[in-house]
Amino acid sequence: MAALLSVLFDGVAYGSLLFVISVGMSVTMGLMSFINLAHGAFAMFGGYLAVVLLRRAGLPFAATLPLVMLALAAAGAVAERGLYRWVSRTRPLDQVLFTIGLAFIATAVATYVWGPNQQNIALPAMLTGQVHLGPVDLGAYRLFLIAVVVVITGALHLLVGRTRFGAQLRAAVDNPHAAAGLGIPVDRVFTVSFALGSGLAGLGGALGIDVLGLDPTFPFKYMVYFLVVVVVGGEGSIVGSAAAAIALGVFDVVGKYYIPGAGGFLIYGLMVGLLLVFPHGLFKART
Amino acid sequence: MTAPAPILPDGRWRRADSLLWLAAVVAYVAFPTHRVLGSQVIITALFALSLDLVLGYAGIVSLGHAAFFGLGAYTAALLAVHGWGEPISGLACAGVIAAAAGYATSFLVVRGRALAQLMITLGVGLLFLEAATKAAVVTGGVDGLSDVPIWRVAGLFRFDIAGNTAYGYSLVVAFVCFLAIKRIVSSPFGLSLRAIREGARRMPALGAPVGRRLVAAFTIGAGLAGVAGALLAQTTQFVGLDALDFQRSAAVLIMVSLGGTGRLYGAFVGAGLFMLMQDYLARQSPEYWQLWIGLLLVAVVLFARGGVLGGIDAVRARIGRRRSR
Amino acid sequence: MSFALRTEGLCKTWGGVYANDHVTLALPTGARHALIGPNGAGKTTFVNLLTGFYAPSAGRVLLGDVDVTGLAMHERVKRGLARTFQINTLFAGLTVLESVVLAICERTGVASQWLRPVARRTAEIAEASALLERLQLAPAANTLTGNLPYGKQRLVEIALALAMRPAVLLLDEPASGIPAGESTEVFEIIAALPSDVTVLFIEHDMELVFRFAQRIAVLVDGKLLTEGTPSEIAADQRVRDVYLGEAAPEAAS
Repeated sequence: MAALLSVLFDGVAYGSLLFVISVGMSVTMGLMSFINLAHGAFAMFGGYLAVVLLRRAGLPFAATLPLVMLALAAAGAVAERGLYRWVSRTRPLDQVLFTIGLAFIATAVATYVWGPNQQNIALPAMLTGQVHLGPVDLGAYRLFLIAVVVVITGALHLLVGRTRFGAQLRAAVDNPHAAAGLGIPVDRVFTVSFALGSGLAGLGGALGIDVLGLDPTFPFKYMVYFLVVVVVGGEGSIVGSAAAAIALGVFDVVGKYYIPGAGGFLIYGLMVGLLLVFPHGLFKART
Repeated sequence: MTAPAPILPDGRWRRADSLLWLAAVVAYVAFPTHRVLGSQVIITALFALSLDLVLGYAGIVSLGHAAFFGLGAYTAALLAVHGWGEPISGLACAGVIAAAAGYATSFLVVRGRALAQLMITLGVGLLFLEAATKAAVVTGGVDGLSDVPIWRVAGLFRFDIAGNTAYGYSLVVAFVCFLAIKRIVSSPFGLSLRAIREGARRMPALGAPVGRRLVAAFTIGAGLAGVAGALLAQTTQFVGLDALDFQRSAAVLIMVSLGGTGRLYGAFVGAGLFMLMQDYLARQSPEYWQLWIGLLLVAVVLFARGGVLGGIDAVRARIGRRRSR
Repeated sequence: MSFALRTEGLCKTWGGVYANDHVTLALPTGARHALIGPNGAGKTTFVNLLTGFYAPSAGRVLLGDVDVTGLAMHERVKRGLARTFQINTLFAGLTVLESVVLAICERTGVASQWLRPVARRTAEIAEASALLERLQLAPAANTLTGNLPYGKQRLVEIALALAMRPAVLLLDEPASGIPAGESTEVFEIIAALPSDVTVLFIEHDMELVFRFAQRIAVLVDGKLLTEGTPSEIAADQRVRDVYLGEAAPEAAS
């Protein structure tokens, strides 16, 4: 029983990471109808930036996180303005080719700068070890992860539900033409959302160095997982992404623990099966 | 005012066809030391052609086409390993099995929109890879199957190290497949595929069963990919997991887009260009190769949407306009 | 009297709002029926319901004696229903001739053939060429439909529908975008269709409506306000108030 709880807990932590990274991709898909297969690259560079800040600049772990988020958000804004906006919103093939190209470039750059091996970082002592909660020992870092993600989710919820920007975002996701007609600066909403999503991805990448690993193949290794979260959760739906990510995380970890021989079968089979039954994602409603 | 003579797809043998296949024959003679590489190019071109039918004509974006290529390769190899090494029947068998797999998965693929299609094809590709990896007892797993005993082609031609038989065999098979595809794309069925790609909304309003057409296109594309995969296994007497991994699916997608989708010859141009680049750049270093292919992709999407052939068409149109002034 | 096309209490709601509110309409065979109404009245929605693009929230659609309410679009087409779109929905990468030949091949069941090339389908090609002649599109036969001027594209829309030799033809603003002089010609072609073809057309140009329609149905806010001959409609005060205004043209009868 304790083992099951522990595994579930790991799954939830893993899923939360997937959520933080994928939510930006989901919003981009729902908002701009843009399939961004290079989204994982933002997460990857977030991780690498954290490594650099920790090792070279000697910054404490907690300080790297907001810096990484800001840096990747800025990178996202630049990418959206300078690159993505020139790609057709209506031809999926173009988007796929373009973003795969970006992912290849990202992988090549990462290999050149940091080499092909896994990166490891030394976590602050406070976050290592176990925390005793009743009958279970929970990893302190994973607990920290979940806490951070809960805070972020809450902040996102407030942002989307209570602020003017959030209202604009919801309107633009629902119907970009009508939103533009109402005077909402849809282009600006796109850029800000993309930046936010990239920043969150970077943060997720940094947080996940220990859990997900970090090497130049990161964008391709996890592409499937992010896509599953987006498609299963429903494009543009934050709640949906969260549910899908947690479910995916739990399913994957539990599966690997109890049926180690199954490997990727569970995930890929689950994805294909779910898409068969729900071709439009589990949550139809946007945001 | 008299109407202009109708111009419709007629499937006639064109100058470009002669050029292409003549060049392939000439290459056999002109580059005797490169026949192995040459057969690889032909096989890759056939693989790209099979994807062009699915992508360029039917408009299905597939990130997992290598699944069928690999399935064909493993089928041919396993047949030989277990006693039946006759190449031509092995080829046919591989094609049929790959087509059946394509048929089975096509129903998932034609239902959704672009993103769902992408996901499903990617998922199917990864599932096949996972299956091949796990079933190591059968497939040889990471090591693959080597020294596959393929018999002589038509009882006469042994697969030699110089690649003579490989080249000739691949050339003939590819040629036959090319003729078949040419038939298909110039037929009413091919026209309806192009129409589905151009205006999926209009087609049901014309009474066309869109789903059924797409299933047919996907099945044929899968079968041809299987034939290409079997060719690879038979000519190299080896098959490994790289026959159905994501890199291969991504590479063939890039090739077709590079050359120009929906143009038949685009597949050949793209395959040739890609393999040339790969040969040259990968020798420098793997990440150099990835960088350049990434840059190329970005450039193609931003500046040359129709690929190489599309670019040539655009230039020709400009020259045509200038002349008519 | 048998009706070629009939609806019973057809409804379509979008989250509580009735785009079509219990519309009951019956078209006898050979009718030349116009559907008019202010913008947003639900006319295109009605056509979408008839073709099966939308599923109704309530009510039935009948083609002849057959209840087609549950049938998919391409099955209704097989039973003789054809439509044009308000916004050109053509195959930009196909030529005019290719598009029309394809439409005819779909009708004759030849479109799934993969053995012989299109160019050898002489019967279908001849029929397509004749159709293009009638619509004066013949000079543009080998032009990509995406490269045609808007008015010509509109004609291709109609050609595609006519190629299906429908029993019931639904035209969504067929003349919009066509220069004034030519739009009469288009309608003359439509009027000259055989008497066993039933036509329902949406139009805003009242001159064309009153000239070519035998009966007119008026749709306002999703509801069928009234239906009658052109002179009845022109004289109907409710219609004048809501839509036509006092300057309604004299009905041709």
